[in-house]
Amino acid sequence: MTLTPVEPTIKSRPVYAPLEPRPGHLHLIIADGEGADAVTDMLAKTSDAGQLLASAHLMYCPGPNGTDLTERLRALGALQFFRAPTIPALLPRLKRVLVDAHMGSQFYLAGTEGLCGQAETAIMQTGFPASAIQKEHRGSTVRRVQCVHCKGITENVATDPFQCSHCGLSLFVRDHYSRRLAAFQGVNIDAEDPGDVPPSVVRFK
Amino acid sequence: MSLDFKPGAFNDFFREETFRGDFTYRNSPHNIRRFPFPFDRDDYMYAVNMEPHVPGRIGSVFEKTFDVDEHYVAEMIDRAKVLADDPLRCQSLPHMTLAGWDLLELIMESKARDYPEWFSLEKNGNRWRWINRPLGIDHSFTFLDEATLPYGPMEYITRQTQGDFTLQDEREGTLWMDAGIATSQADWSVDFDIGMSWHEWHAPVPLAHEMGIFDRALKFLLKLQHGAPVRRFNWTMTVNPLLDTAPETYPKWGPTKTSLTQENLGQKQHLRVELQTLYRLPRSNAIAFDIRCYLASFDELMTVPKWARRLHRVVRDIHPDLATYKGFIRNQPAMVEWLSKYDDGKPTSPGWWPEEA
Repeated sequence: MTLTPVEPTIKSRPVYAPLEPRPGHLHLIIADGEGADAVTDMLAKTSDAGQLLASAHLMYCPGPNGTDLTERLRALGALQFFRAPTIPALLPRLKRVLVDAHMGSQFYLAGTEGLCGQAETAIMQTGFPASAIQKEHRGSTVRRVQCVHCKGITENVATDPFQCSHCGLSLFVRDHYSRRLAAFQGVNIDAEDPGDVPPSVVRFK
Repeated sequence: MSLDFKPGAFNDFFREETFRGDFTYRNSPHNIRRFPFPFDRDDYMYAVNMEPHVPGRIGSVFEKTFDVDEHYVAEMIDRAKVLADDPLRCQSLPHMTLAGWDLLELIMESKARDYPEWFSLEKNGNRWRWINRPLGIDHSFTFLDEATLPYGPMEYITRQTQGDFTLQDEREGTLWMDAGIATSQADWSVDFDIGMSWHEWHAPVPLAHEMGIFDRALKFLLKLQHGAPVRRFNWTMTVNPLLDTAPETYPKWGPTKTSLTQENLGQKQHLRVELQTLYRLPRSNAIAFDIRCYLASFDELMTVPKWARRLHRVVRDIHPDLATYKGFIRNQPAMVEWLSKYDDGKPTSPGWWPEEA
């Protein structure tokens, strides 16, 4: 499994590149699902993975498709390793760790767009520059989508259109991405012709 | 909902009208002739088309820095209603407060200078007294002290100013939309776009990226100087004189697009023109972007023969991607059919002004 190919469709879409090891005082590595492979690929590129891991805090949760590579990452022997069951369960710990992270820290995000986006938002809120954050998209392409009408966010959207998990409207996924919200925009598909909803197709897997 | 201002003064000029419900919004004959008709030729394609925002023809919407017209009071009442329904329409990230004060100063000084009968500003050091007679506001406050205003500075002054506003912070070689208020927007969301960079918030616009429009416009705007504002037009179509065509409420107003007939089209279909002006702000170095919306029904526009001929040709020949993005592709054939009756095929003179009477 390699970097998930993303069609360069829109300008607000995040750019993902393979993770590269960089010098730093603290290495915060956050991954879900197949993102674990991106982490081990990154470590294979440095001649001194042991030194990087000796100052690394690794946080991981299974992907939305069930991929769970916890044991592979735990076995790496990072200074600190944490396994969360889901992204929402991972974020409070990340936010606490960020309070003590100093300039010179390196951030490695790998896995689904939902994981990368939410972790990036938390990091940027603390004032770290975007240049300290690397992201690599691996695994599932399901999307995190904000309903523009009720503002609720539906996780792991696979089909287009889909039903908002908060207000129940049928939404199409607009190719418009907010880094602040770490979400794509969902817009009511039958607003002009209520009830006229085309059949859902699986667009994100 | 209760208003925190008291309209009523100068009501021989300011119209009492609505942009919702019974839609009593109309343009007076005088106001139709000063409508900023955006087409200077018989066809339309994107262009950066920026020009200096300097005082223009007497009586036109370019005469003053911030045009105040007969719809001012009614628009401010409509804005107060929208914000009461959805406070997320006005947001400012914490580092944008200074830019908000810059904007407040720019608007107060401009309006007091350009419309002394309606607005006045007295300064005693940082103690300022602002009088807005059409809205019945007489308020003393301390400049740069937020605690002396009932809202943040951007929200305070834009609740008294026609047009949506965004404030752009400049860093990393681009512009970031880090504050904004939108209650008369053409289908974009402040809540979703706030915090985005220039290219991110323009992402959904078709064709223009590939044409290099946004790269060129950004390059131009990064050089924008304090005291040398610029302006351009944008336009779209709206059914009913509905100012607040927000994506948030699209399920409520979307069905009106299916209500057009050849009989009601002239009254219901409106050309929606945005006069966009951009100002570099002095303290924050941010850029203020004013998106001022003007609405005119097709019936009103047909009273100017040159515009009648030209609107037909533009709507008929527009690129389908643009008609789709602007949201009128489903009604385009009906509009062309209706407009064709007002186009006698005669040539039109260059430029957007109506023919001289």
